[in-house]
Amino acid sequence: MATLLRSIGAAAVRFTQELGAMAFFAAEILLAVVTPPVRIRPFLDELYKLGVLSLLIICLSGAVVGMVLGLQGYNTLVRFGAAESLGAVVGLSLIRELGPVLTALLATGRAGSATAAEIGTMVATEQLDGLRMMSVNPVHLVVTPKALAMTAVMPLLSALFIVCGIFGGYLVGVVLMGLDGGTYLTSLETNVDFVDDVLGSLLKALVFGALVGLVATYRGYTAAPTSAGVSSATTSTVVVGSVTILVFDYFITALWGV
Amino acid sequence: MPNTSRRDLVVGLFVLAGLAALAFLSIRVGGLSYKGPGGFRLYARFDEIGGLKPRAPVVIAGVKVGQVENISLGDDYRAVVEMDLDPGLRLPVDTSASILTAGILGDRYISLQIGGEEEYLRDGEEISFTESAVLLERLLGRFIHRANLQNGSTE
Repeated sequence: MATLLRSIGAAAVRFTQELGAMAFFAAEILLAVVTPPVRIRPFLDELYKLGVLSLLIICLSGAVVGMVLGLQGYNTLVRFGAAESLGAVVGLSLIRELGPVLTALLATGRAGSATAAEIGTMVATEQLDGLRMMSVNPVHLVVTPKALAMTAVMPLLSALFIVCGIFGGYLVGVVLMGLDGGTYLTSLETNVDFVDDVLGSLLKALVFGALVGLVATYRGYTAAPTSAGVSSATTSTVVVGSVTILVFDYFITALWGV
Repeated sequence: MPNTSRRDLVVGLFVLAGLAALAFLSIRVGGLSYKGPGGFRLYARFDEIGGLKPRAPVVIAGVKVGQVENISLGDDYRAVVEMDLDPGLRLPVDTSASILTAGILGDRYISLQIGGEEEYLRDGEEISFTESAVLLERLLGRFIHRANLQNGSTE
């Protein structure tokens, strides 16, 4: 009994310590953002790595999710004679929920793990120590561009995901099932609200981007300088990142009603 | 990895594509479209709009000719619906407006029935003939009430 309690207590302490260290790390990144020099070049490189290279998987997944939604939605709605609302069903579920969340999960797996592995490898090969020796702050040069790029890239990827999804739904509903194309788009247009739905979706994506960026860079930065350390940093980025996204998704939805 | 200038170009294209997707979402889907000054506005008063929402379509013979711009409560406690219609649309003064539903669970929309007068409605005028939304639950309530009355009279 006492050992159980002790292990629970130890886990709680470790969790809190980790949370505190992460908050410190986030503050360090924020500080690096406002201190000159501004590192544009590494930021653009990260936009390429995190954004452009994730594009294919995002667009493909978006289209397929949209098609599935179109098929499922159509089959359900047609029972109630409400197949006209397909556009609204596909659009609203993509914009409000699936777009930001699935994009963030995919980006965690694709870009977040790569980021953690990259920084972890730099730790293991003592490149960050090398930077410190040259009195270059590694948080400034390596971590911040990655975290910022992840934050900036997420709303863009999420928007692309949603647009691909809407067209996927259109493909199934209109081209395959023979629904009227105008009806699909009209029901989308009349039911989606700009402030409530679209802006909220962007806000969600932005928060998720910041979270994934923080988790990935933190895990990489604190990785043990061994190959096992790098691999466990990569794994835990995906696990912690995904769980964080889902938990925050609930709270954002509950608090802001998005 | 491609050379730097080509990569920058790709990054630029990516950002542009993302922004285009955002613009599509806000303008085409979110209904944030810019309204030109030439929009033709008409008003209509209804006793019951039953779930009509702004941006609901206004149709003539099933063809969309505009959308609901704004809904407010008038002085006489009736709903005042402001419609934004295609400019150049000529509607006789005895045109009537009714609120209909697309399917049983579908969205409400406004349908205009064209009248036969020679004079035409001008920008900002009000459609005088309106037919309110049919509320399914009220209809059912009336039906049940009548059925009860009939049962009562036969007993």
